[in-house]
Amino acid sequence: MSTVARPIPQARPGRGSRGGDRRRSLDRFGDAALRAVCGGAAALAVLVLVVIGFQVVKGAGPAISQFGLGFVTDAEWQPNFEVFGAGTVLYGTLISSFFALLIGGPIAIAIGLYLSLLAPKGVRGVISPLVEMLAAIPSVILGFWGLVVLAPYAQKHFEPWLHDTLGFVPLFGEPQTTGSSVFTASLILTIMIVPIIASISRDLFLAVPRDVQDGASALGATRWEVIRGVVLPSTTSGVIAASLLGLGRALGEAIAVAQVIGAGSQISANLFKTGDTLAARIANQFPGAITEMHKASLFYLGAILLAIGLVSNLTAQWIGKRFDYRRAIAR
Amino acid sequence: MSEGPFDPAAPLRPTGNLRRRRVVSQVAEYGATAAAVLAVGVLAIVIYTVLARGAGAISFDFLVKGEPDGIGPMLVGTAEIVAIGTLIAAPIGVLIAIYLTEFGGGRLSGFVRLTLDLINGLPSIIIGLFVFGLLVNHHKQSAVAAAVALAIIMLPIVARGTQEVLALVPESMREASDALGVSRWRSVLTVILPSATGGILTATILAVARAAGETAPLILVDSVFDGKEVSLNPFEVVPNIPVKIFRLSEEANPEAITQAWGAGLVLLSFIMIAGLGARALLARSKARMAG
Repeated sequence: MSTVARPIPQARPGRGSRGGDRRRSLDRFGDAALRAVCGGAAALAVLVLVVIGFQVVKGAGPAISQFGLGFVTDAEWQPNFEVFGAGTVLYGTLISSFFALLIGGPIAIAIGLYLSLLAPKGVRGVISPLVEMLAAIPSVILGFWGLVVLAPYAQKHFEPWLHDTLGFVPLFGEPQTTGSSVFTASLILTIMIVPIIASISRDLFLAVPRDVQDGASALGATRWEVIRGVVLPSTTSGVIAASLLGLGRALGEAIAVAQVIGAGSQISANLFKTGDTLAARIANQFPGAITEMHKASLFYLGAILLAIGLVSNLTAQWIGKRFDYRRAIAR
Repeated sequence: MSEGPFDPAAPLRPTGNLRRRRVVSQVAEYGATAAAVLAVGVLAIVIYTVLARGAGAISFDFLVKGEPDGIGPMLVGTAEIVAIGTLIAAPIGVLIAIYLTEFGGGRLSGFVRLTLDLINGLPSIIIGLFVFGLLVNHHKQSAVAAAVALAIIMLPIVARGTQEVLALVPESMREASDALGVSRWRSVLTVILPSATGGILTATILAVARAAGETAPLILVDSVFDGKEVSLNPFEVVPNIPVKIFRLSEEANPEAITQAWGAGLVLLSFIMIAGLGARALLARSKARMAG
């Protein structure tokens, strides 16, 4: 500490202080500009969402003022008589999506468990991308496959079998002559939502701390008991959020459903009859809609779909947040 | 638990209850494996069907000629609308991602993130209705309208994907850049973005793969075409593959069904190759970033 403090060498001046000033002001401008442009882009995204809602409701305007809220439950839909109601398609939407979730949910969670906890590493690396690939198949191709391959097969094999064994439940009534049915639509929707729920729940299960699972194993729990007692309870809300996201996807699918559901116009408990959904009816009828009221009514269906979709997505986000929070506490 | 004195020679074989628990566990494992096999099986069946039935339709003429022999104009049209959509969505998406990682903080960026997720979850038919109301109603269908619809679908994919890679850029690089006195905008443009190029490209390719197969919005905003000639004018309707497949699938004659399989095969191959490419690219750029 006895060294004499050497004088700090003067910072060599740059190319004259005026150049430095210019650069500094350029930087100040650049920072502000970049921030403004990026912020503007973000604001644009918010604006797009708001304008989407606005446009859809505006398009539905004439139908809203004509039919009011009764439209939502009214089952009549007769474009020739200018009578419109969403009851039939709302029922079809809910029943087909619910059924898809009923079949697809457990399968997807099982796949998530397999990919996160059970599969050997090498197998996991192969199957994970394959399951995700299932989600990449365009709906128009999957729907076409459903129409040409799955529907006849289901009509010949699944439906009679279900009718014979579970026929006392009104859902499994008499199979129809073509395979186009709410049931086929549910199967196609199942194929679409399984990869979504499976990949989210796989990530959830992978995030469950290893030592908690090892602790359960050390206490003598079998693999299933570890899953049942540790993994599933700590990820419940995340799994529910994933299922809601899958449900949202199923509710809004237009094309594939339009191809296989048969565009029926009756509410029937029998899953093997034709039906229609909100999104599929818009896809089927919009290009041919001539009268303003017909178009407005289809927009009204869109507004209902938008409302249901936003609610299910927001609920999923909200539950997902709670999940994050709880995991943060546990750490 | 105590059944008499400790017997060191007691067999370690599972007793009744443990055996039952093990069987249950085994059954559950088989069930989960079966579910995975089922999903892969369905994928295999779908891809196999498209391959087997579509391959027969593919020929040079099919790929370049117009209606009624081929899908040439549809291929060109799809390429055009996806390209315009990418030109709109990619820059905006990247800017939003920069906002989220570099400028945004707290509440506001949480709100933007939520918005992106909600847009991502919107049924695509709703986006079709929106663009119809905005650009087509009282005007006419056009490639631009289709591109805007696809851009809205692509936007959250690009933004979220880019945001994830930007978050992977090591903090040390930002700090090094700060320590050298580099201003924020320079370090974003010359340090952070270049190191995330691979990831941005991956996100964009994934978005393109998703947009290429979107049908629902196109039915509302870009569907009235005869598909005989290539048309490139973005302010007119352009023929496209997804709507073509949808229309063919509603026809009953075997000729149309074969053509639909052929068109489906072309579309699916493109999407699968793009998906695999994006995956490979992501793995490479992640490895480079880590190493």
